[in-house]
Amino acid sequence: MDANLFQYLLRLGDNTLVLGHRVSEWCGHAPVLEEDIALANTALDLIGQTQLWLGLAAEVEGKGRDADQLAMQRDIWDFRNLLLVELPNGDFGRTLMRQFLFDAWQVINLGRLMNSSDPRVAEIAAKASKEAAYHVERSADTVVGLGDGTEESHARMQAALEYLWPYVGEMFLGDEVDAAMVAAGIAPDPASLRAEYDALIGRVIKTATLEIPDSSFAHKGGKTGVFHTEHLGHMLCSMQWLQRAYPGASW
Amino acid sequence: MQPSVEQVWEWLDAVPDPEIPVISLVDLGIIREVAWRGDTLTVAVTPTYSGCPATSIINLDIETALRGHGIEKLELKRQLSPPWTTEWLSEKGREKLEKYGIAPPTVAGGPERCPQCGSVDLRKVSQFGSTPCKAAWRCNDCLEPFDYFKCI
Repeated sequence: MDANLFQYLLRLGDNTLVLGHRVSEWCGHAPVLEEDIALANTALDLIGQTQLWLGLAAEVEGKGRDADQLAMQRDIWDFRNLLLVELPNGDFGRTLMRQFLFDAWQVINLGRLMNSSDPRVAEIAAKASKEAAYHVERSADTVVGLGDGTEESHARMQAALEYLWPYVGEMFLGDEVDAAMVAAGIAPDPASLRAEYDALIGRVIKTATLEIPDSSFAHKGGKTGVFHTEHLGHMLCSMQWLQRAYPGASW
Repeated sequence: MQPSVEQVWEWLDAVPDPEIPVISLVDLGIIREVAWRGDTLTVAVTPTYSGCPATSIINLDIETALRGHGIEKLELKRQLSPPWTTEWLSEKGREKLEKYGIAPPTVAGGPERCPQCGSVDLRKVSQFGSTPCKAAWRCNDCLEPFDYFKCI
């Protein structure tokens, strides 16, 4: 088994799994029907991408596990998602700000992964990048609409950006897993995505009349699994309880 | 005797899409290959959206239809690459969609006209609609909401 590739695929799959579950928490609660449907559809795309990434991770691992088992029967210390995606939804504005900060990274990263030396990675990236492009268009539009909206919505979006900003830096931190992926031509160096990311979000945040905080402090530990926030455990409790109580249950 | 590949395509063209039953799976462009490998029929299917819940139903419908035509050894393959695009919708499928009240996809990224009254005075209600493949639009003339098949 290629342990580094397995870890890398878990990172991709856990990002979409955890964010997909978070976004699905809005189902039936969004401020208007159209937004409810949009959030549920976004969650669905993310869970679909999770099936592909974790399906490949399970294949690479070669221990007979499948995507469902990886998603539902691992505990918190085995999760490899960015801390950003496990943060609680907050209000609608914060949810869409988090979505935008993730989508912008996701669309750039997937664009690079489409040229991966591993054809299995490249074809999943090509599929997912079409969906990610659609997501970032919507989340960027909403960030602009709410940022450049009323006094109340503007203040909430600025607060959301300030709350989430310390979690952005983790996307661009590399470790030995990333180094192995770069050496094998499978995935890009995370740091190399930063300039394009800053340009994209800089443009949107400016149009939204918001200000990017002047701080480069970054919480880290999610993608390496060293340290998750307290929030992930609570989320896994509700996401996984059925498969934990009745392993393998199907209907 | 083995039915011809052309015959199998015809059978598949009679299998409706589970979400939009007015078009067939062939119209939708998701059947990528039909071939015989020895005495096994292989059918390659590509998903529309990676999370589309209809995917498993589609596979079941294909299997049921082909078994009904006497195919015994059947292998369904998931083919991800190249990713599905709305350009693969058949001309016949596009016409059927519009008659059914769903505006077909256009490269411009929005519906060409209202599928109910033909007006071009339209507005987007939401980028997402009742299924992953659709967006919600509304006609400013007849005031009817309608689905637009997203272009990807």
